[in-house]
Amino acid sequence: MALIRQTSPHASGKNHTNHIMRMVIVALVPALFVQMWFFGWGALVNVLWCSVVALGAEAFVLTLRKRPLAFYLKDGSALVTAWLLAMAIPPGSPWWLTFVGVSFAIIFGKQLYGGMGQNPFNPAMLAYVLLLISFPVEMTSWLAPQGAGVDPMGLTDSLQAIFAGHSIDGWTMATPLDVVRENKSLTMAELWTEKPQLDGLTGIGWVWVNLAFLAGGLFLLKQKIISWHAPVGMLAALGVMSLLFWNGTGSGSHGSPIFHLLSGAAMMGAFFIVTDPVSGATSNKGRLIFGAGVGILTYIIRVWGGYPDGVAFATLLMNMAAPAIDYWTQPRTYGHRKPKRGMAKSE
Amino acid sequence: MSAIPLRTIHDFPGGVHPQENKEQSTRTPIAIPPLPARLVLPLNQHSGAPAQPVVSAGEHVLKGQLLAKATGFVSAPVHAPTSGTISSLEMHPVPHWSGLEESCLILLPDGKDEWCSLSPIEDYRTAEREELVERIHDAGIVGLGGAGFPAAVKMSSRKASKIHTLVVNGAECEPYITADDMLMRERAAQLVSGIEILQHMLAPEQVLIGIEDNKPEAIATMEKACAGKAGIEVCTVPTKYPSGDAQRLIWLLTGKEVPNDSRSVDIGILCYNVGTIVAVHDAIVHGKPLISRITTLTGSALSRPGNVEALIGTPAEHLLVFAGIDNDTFHTLIQGGPMMGHTLDTTAVPVIKTSNCFIAGTAQEFPAAPPAQACIRCGLCADACPIELLPQQLHWYAKSQNHDQLQHHNLFDCIECGACAYVCPSAIPLVQYYRAAKDEIRTHKARTEKSERSRVRFEQRQARLEAAAAEKEARRKANAEKARKLKEAKAAAATAPEKSEAKAEAEADPIQAAIQRAKAKKAARAAGTDSPAKPAKPARPQLSPKQKELKIQLSMAKAQLKKSERALPQMEEGSPEANKLKDDIALVQKQLEQLQTEFDAASSAPAEAPAATEKPVKAKKPALSDDEKKRKIELAMKKAALKKAERALAVAEEAGSDQVDTLRQARDEKRQALADAENTGVQA
Repeated sequence: MALIRQTSPHASGKNHTNHIMRMVIVALVPALFVQMWFFGWGALVNVLWCSVVALGAEAFVLTLRKRPLAFYLKDGSALVTAWLLAMAIPPGSPWWLTFVGVSFAIIFGKQLYGGMGQNPFNPAMLAYVLLLISFPVEMTSWLAPQGAGVDPMGLTDSLQAIFAGHSIDGWTMATPLDVVRENKSLTMAELWTEKPQLDGLTGIGWVWVNLAFLAGGLFLLKQKIISWHAPVGMLAALGVMSLLFWNGTGSGSHGSPIFHLLSGAAMMGAFFIVTDPVSGATSNKGRLIFGAGVGILTYIIRVWGGYPDGVAFATLLMNMAAPAIDYWTQPRTYGHRKPKRGMAKSE
Repeated sequence: MSAIPLRTIHDFPGGVHPQENKEQSTRTPIAIPPLPARLVLPLNQHSGAPAQPVVSAGEHVLKGQLLAKATGFVSAPVHAPTSGTISSLEMHPVPHWSGLEESCLILLPDGKDEWCSLSPIEDYRTAEREELVERIHDAGIVGLGGAGFPAAVKMSSRKASKIHTLVVNGAECEPYITADDMLMRERAAQLVSGIEILQHMLAPEQVLIGIEDNKPEAIATMEKACAGKAGIEVCTVPTKYPSGDAQRLIWLLTGKEVPNDSRSVDIGILCYNVGTIVAVHDAIVHGKPLISRITTLTGSALSRPGNVEALIGTPAEHLLVFAGIDNDTFHTLIQGGPMMGHTLDTTAVPVIKTSNCFIAGTAQEFPAAPPAQACIRCGLCADACPIELLPQQLHWYAKSQNHDQLQHHNLFDCIECGACAYVCPSAIPLVQYYRAAKDEIRTHKARTEKSERSRVRFEQRQARLEAAAAEKEARRKANAEKARKLKEAKAAAATAPEKSEAKAEAEADPIQAAIQRAKAKKAARAAGTDSPAKPAKPARPQLSPKQKELKIQLSMAKAQLKKSERALPQMEEGSPEANKLKDDIALVQKQLEQLQTEFDAASSAPAEAPAATEKPVKAKKPALSDDEKKRKIELAMKKAALKKAERALAVAEEAGSDQVDTLRQARDEKRQALADAENTGVQA
C-alpha cells in the first residue's frame, strides 16, 4: 500500500480564486441593471459582446502559449476584465470599439505579461485609456439617461447602433462631469435647472449607477473578497480633495464633494478598480496609500486635466507606483522592532 | 484562585479556523495498547545532538534503564521503555519529514515489563534546583508538544533565574490532536504537581495555563485541580490556529513579544507543554524516565480512534491495528496535525518522544492538492499570517529566487504554520516554497562561506610561498655578497692583473660552448644545404629559424656563463688549476666569438638572400634521430658528472685535502670523456 506523500498543510480552506472572480461579477450585476435602466439595452449588449471577445482572445493566446484552455478560461479573470471594461465605456459603442478594447486588454494587458497575476497594469483600465486616446469621439458619446428628455435606446436600436453602425447622435448627451467641466458662465444652481441631465445630487442616473457600484462593493466587503483599505483610501482622498478645492457654487465651480463622489467612475473605481489585487499595492497600508493616490489623481485630472474623468489614468499611474509602495509599506513582523523599508540590500 | 478570569487575552493577528475534527478521538479514555513485538528507539528523538548508545547488542536491559546517553549540551538520553534484549543498532525509518532512515536501537521485549531500580526524590522542596534540573535532563525529557527541545536546557539557562511567568501550553490548536486535552482531563493532578515542581525550581510570579475554549472538560478539570493553588491561573483562549505556538500563546496570555533574535527566556518567560510537565512530575516524584507518551490515533481510516499511552518506540502499525485500521481506505499517514504535521511513507516508523498524533486518513479526507493557480496577490495570506509577513511577496520572491528580497521580507521569521497556504484561493503550496527557499539560502550561505574560507586559505598559502621565496633570495644574495668580498680580499692579496680578465672568461664552460658551436654548425649546415622553397615572410625577416636557433644557443651560453660565476671563486684557488682553466677559457672565448660571428652572419644573411625559412627547420627537426637524442642525453650526463667532479675538487682544494690530485685526475678524465662524446656527436 503506497502512502501519499504531501507537503503540509494537509487541510485547506474552501476559498477559490474562481469563486473570487465569480463574486466580483455578481457584485457588478446591480450596477449593470441600473445602467440598463437609464441607458438602455446597449449596456447589456456591451457586457455580453465583451465577454465573448474576452474569452475568445484568452483562448487564442492560451492556444499560442500551449496552455490548457479549460483550466484557465474557468478562472473567470477574463470575464471580470470584460465586464469592467464593458461597463466603463458608453453603452451602444460600436462593436469594433469594444472588440479592440477587450482584445487589447486580454492580449496586451494581461497575457503578454504572462497571464493572470502577472500584469502590472489593470487590463481594463489600460484598454479604456487606449480607446479614450484613440477614439475620443466614440468614447465620450454617452447616451442621455432616462428622464432627461430622451427615451433610452431599445434593444433593436442598440443592436443596430452597435453592430450595424447606425448613428447614436440622437441619443447622446454630455455627462454631468463634462457639463460642469465645460461650464464657464452659469452658476451651479442655474446649471442644474438648465441642463436636463443634471438633477438631484449629481445627474440623472449617475447617482444610481454609483450607488449600485457602492452596493456591489459593500457586498464584496461583506464577503471578504476585497479589503476596505483601497476603497476607503480612494474615496476619502477624493472627498478631501474636492472639499479642499471646493470653490463654491459659482460659474467656475469644481463641483461639490458629493458631486465628485457620486459622478463618473468614482464608485466603480473605488470598489472594482483600485481593489484589483494584481496591479495594486499588496499590504493593507499600501492599499490605503494606493487608493488615496488614485483618489487624488482622479480629482486633479477631473478638475485641471484634459479629460472629464480621471479614474483610468489615475489607476495606471498608481499601478506604476505600486511596487514602490509595496517596498515602503511592509508591516512590522512579530519580534521585530521596526518594519523593514525600501529595497533589500544586496549582500 | 482563578475562578473569575480577569486576565486580558491579547489577540494575535491573523490565524485561521480549520475544521477541528477533535471530537472523534475524545470519546474514549486514554487506552494502553498491548506490548509490541519489538520497539524501535531512534537515537535522535529531540532537537540537538543524537544520543550515544551505552548498551551492546544481545544485552538484557530493564525497563527504565539508560540505553543511550546524551552527547553535548543540547541533547537527551534514551531509556528502555520495557525490559527485554537489545537485538541490534540499525538504520530504520523514523517519523521525520525527510523520509530518511536513522540509527535506532531495536529492543525485543521479554514481556516481564520489569523496572530497574528507581530513585525518586522524596521531597523536591528540599532538593537543590541543580539536582532537579539534572534529574529532568537524565530522564530524557524533551518538549512533548512537537518541538522536542530538551526540557532541562531551557531551565538551566542563566536567565532562567529571572523567570517571572511560566506559561503552560495546553492550547493544542492543531486540528485532530487531542493528546493534551485528554491528558488534562485525566492527569490534572500530576500536571499540577509538575507545575508545583517547576514553581519550586523557577520561582515564577505567575503560572498561566493556556487552554483553547474548545476544550471545556479540560478547562473545568484544570480549574478544579488548580483551585486554591497560589499563583496558578487557568486561562481560556479563543480557538484560533496557531494559538498553541509557544510565542503566540505567550502573546495571548501576557501581550509580550519575544524579540526575533532571542528566546522567551530572555524576556523572563518559559513555556512548557502540559505533557512535558507531567513527564517532569514522573521523573521527580517517581524517578521514572520518559519512556512513554500520550499519542492521538485518529483519522477516518480508523474504526476506533482515540488516545493511547504508547511506549516510545512502538511501531505506528502496531498502534494503527490497535485502533482498528481499515487498510482498504487507508491512504495517508500523518504524524502531527493536518496543518504542520508531515506525511510518512511507511507505518513501520516508531512513536518517538514528539509523536503527539498519528492520523490515518482516507483519500476523501486528504485529497491530492489541486493544481495551483496563479497568485493574484489577493492578500488573504497576509491577513492570515500570525506574524504579519507578506506571504504573497515571499512567494513571488521565492519563485524568482530573489534571496535578498526574501530575507528583507523576513523569510526566516516564518514559523511554517501553514495558515497562508490554508487560506490561499489559488491552492499554492506556499509553505513548501518557503521551506525550499530557506534551504536554498542556507545552502548558498554555506557554499559562500566555504568558498570564502578556501579563498583565504589560498591567499595565505600564496603569501607563505612568496615569503619563503623572498627569504631564499635574500639568503642567496647574502651568500653572493660574502663570496664577492672574500674574492676581492684575495684578489688584492694576489695582485694578479690578468686574473680580472680571466674571471669573465672562466665563467663559460668550454664544453658547453663546444656543444653550442656544434649545434650552430649543424644548423648552419642544414640551412645551407636545404634550398628554401619560398622566400621568408617579409613581416619577420629577422626571425628565421636558424637565427632563432643561434640566438637560443647564445643566450644559453650566456646563462651558462652566469651560472658558472658562482663556482668561479673556488676554481681560482690553486694556481696550476688556474692556468689550466685559463687555457680552457681562452678556448671557450674563441668558441663564443665564433658562435657570435656565425649568429651575426646568419642575422645579416636574410637581407641578401632569405637563407632560412620554415621549411629547413621542418626538415631539420626529423633529423633529430633517436641516436642523436641518446647522445644528447649522454652528453648531459657526462657534463653533470664533470660538474660534480669539479665541485668535489673545489671543495677538496678549499680544505687543502690530500685527495686533490686524485680528484683532479678524475675531473680531467671526465672532461676528456665529455669532449670525446662531444666530438663523436659533431662527427655524426
